[in-house]
Amino acid sequence: MREKLIEIKNVSYSYYTDGEEEATASPALSDINLDIFKGEFVAVLGHNGSGKSTLAKLCNAIFEPSTGTVTVDGITSDSEENGDAIRRKVGMVFQNPDNQIVATIVEDDVAFGPENLGVDPAEIRRRVDSALKDVNMYDMRDREPHNLSGGQKQRVAIAGVIAMQTECIVLDEPTAMLDPMGRAEVMNTIKRMNKEMGITVILVTHFMEEAVQADRVIVMDSGRIIADDTPSNIFSDIEMLKAHSLSVPEPTELCLRLGIKETVLDTDSCVRAISSYLGGDMT
Amino acid sequence: MVSDITFGQYYHGNSVLHRADPRIKLILTFAMIIVIFLCKNFFSLGLLAAFIILVTLLSKVPVRMILKSIKPVLIILAFTAILNIFYTHGGRTYFEWWKIAVTEKGVNTAVFTIIRIIILVVMSSLLTYTTTPTMLTDGLERILSPLKIFHIKVSSLAMMMTLALRFIPTLIEEIERIMNAQKARGADLESGGLITRAKALVPIFIPLMVSAFRRAYELALAMTCRCYTDGNGRTRMKQMKLKITDYVMLILCIAITAGVIVLNIFFEKVI
Repeated sequence: MREKLIEIKNVSYSYYTDGEEEATASPALSDINLDIFKGEFVAVLGHNGSGKSTLAKLCNAIFEPSTGTVTVDGITSDSEENGDAIRRKVGMVFQNPDNQIVATIVEDDVAFGPENLGVDPAEIRRRVDSALKDVNMYDMRDREPHNLSGGQKQRVAIAGVIAMQTECIVLDEPTAMLDPMGRAEVMNTIKRMNKEMGITVILVTHFMEEAVQADRVIVMDSGRIIADDTPSNIFSDIEMLKAHSLSVPEPTELCLRLGIKETVLDTDSCVRAISSYLGGDMT
Repeated sequence: MVSDITFGQYYHGNSVLHRADPRIKLILTFAMIIVIFLCKNFFSLGLLAAFIILVTLLSKVPVRMILKSIKPVLIILAFTAILNIFYTHGGRTYFEWWKIAVTEKGVNTAVFTIIRIIILVVMSSLLTYTTTPTMLTDGLERILSPLKIFHIKVSSLAMMMTLALRFIPTLIEEIERIMNAQKARGADLESGGLITRAKALVPIFIPLMVSAFRRAYELALAMTCRCYTDGNGRTRMKQMKLKITDYVMLILCIAITAGVIVLNIFFEKVI
């Protein structure tokens, strides 16, 4: 049996402003049950306001649930101290790369997390060097962050989490502000981190092409989990996706419209499926 | 415009001075500024001037840059020179007309003060030319760290300074973006009198403030996620260790100070 890393039980969460009663505020999440297992690559998919960002912030105890419990590796997020302990296990990367880099030099920024954990200086040096190599940014270690591209900044942010040696990394729409090149760089880094280093990845996104690359996809709408399955099962259910205002990856939709039975998720397999479909027709 | 911003006035280089420990540079700069004011005659001042020339050569900062640092104080120099020439009297009189008299003492004092101010300015700009603001902040944090016993949060202050430095280019980019956005909507930022132009800046600064606060909130969240608490129990990756060259510089400065004191005793006071 796979080991559970994050256990979310009957969790509801509402944002409420001062003067507003908790009960009247519309909940961002209502009655969520979810288990994340060690070593998984989970994509959380949903349109704006579906509660996917809130779910991400519950995973590393930035938010405490209004009701229900979030347990990370046996620690429940119900106090400040536990929150700190959880954040040592679950790191987070945000959407805007500019607002999460604290230092004026790349390597100093990567060192920021381990420094906060009180790690020995020689060990920090070792971790920073290896984390920067993991994200292919070692050659730029003494650059100033404002001279980097968006994709490079986001990779520095990821290196900052790797250097903390967390078990899990939550990425909250990390590619939303990047150009296609930067997006590809970041996605490759994320996949490598999951496959080669065994870090559990929770990727919050609204790009179908990114969700397709995960092991497991969770679809959210209006604060509820609508579907939780493998990408091929999720993306073959076009009716469900459309009902929750999500688009279908183009290769998938094309093949489905052509009446090809197997579920196709990326361009390469789409090309193969169509050519064998056509080939089969001609003979 | 944005790409060529350098923090402070750091001059990229790899000289002995660039590589020196920022703590020792800070302390020695402050100490030598005090020594400038200990000088009482041209001999001790000359020794100090020779020292500064030596340090400038060691730093490999071009003379053009050094002159650039003196430029802003030219008015002050002229002003002190004039005041000293006309208001200090004593010794031989070179020139006299009505109530104005130029005397030996006046000229000496003026020249002395000018050299003194120039040494002062060159010395402090050498510090900023050869040390990045980050290094300065780090050095200052470590020098001030004994203040912890008075419950002064030195590491939090240093973190604030680092973040301020980090966000200067980000906010400048933001200003450019907002200015372009407002210009695209027909905002006129270049014409009109002082008051009209000041008023035109309001639609720039309000969005800038709003966005700065939003950034601050997000940054605080990101820092929490990276386990930043209040700077207690933090370790640092880059350790500062005094090298032989740092000790050599320290000894050189002590020797210069001793020389200044000796020359003060043996030669006649000018000021």
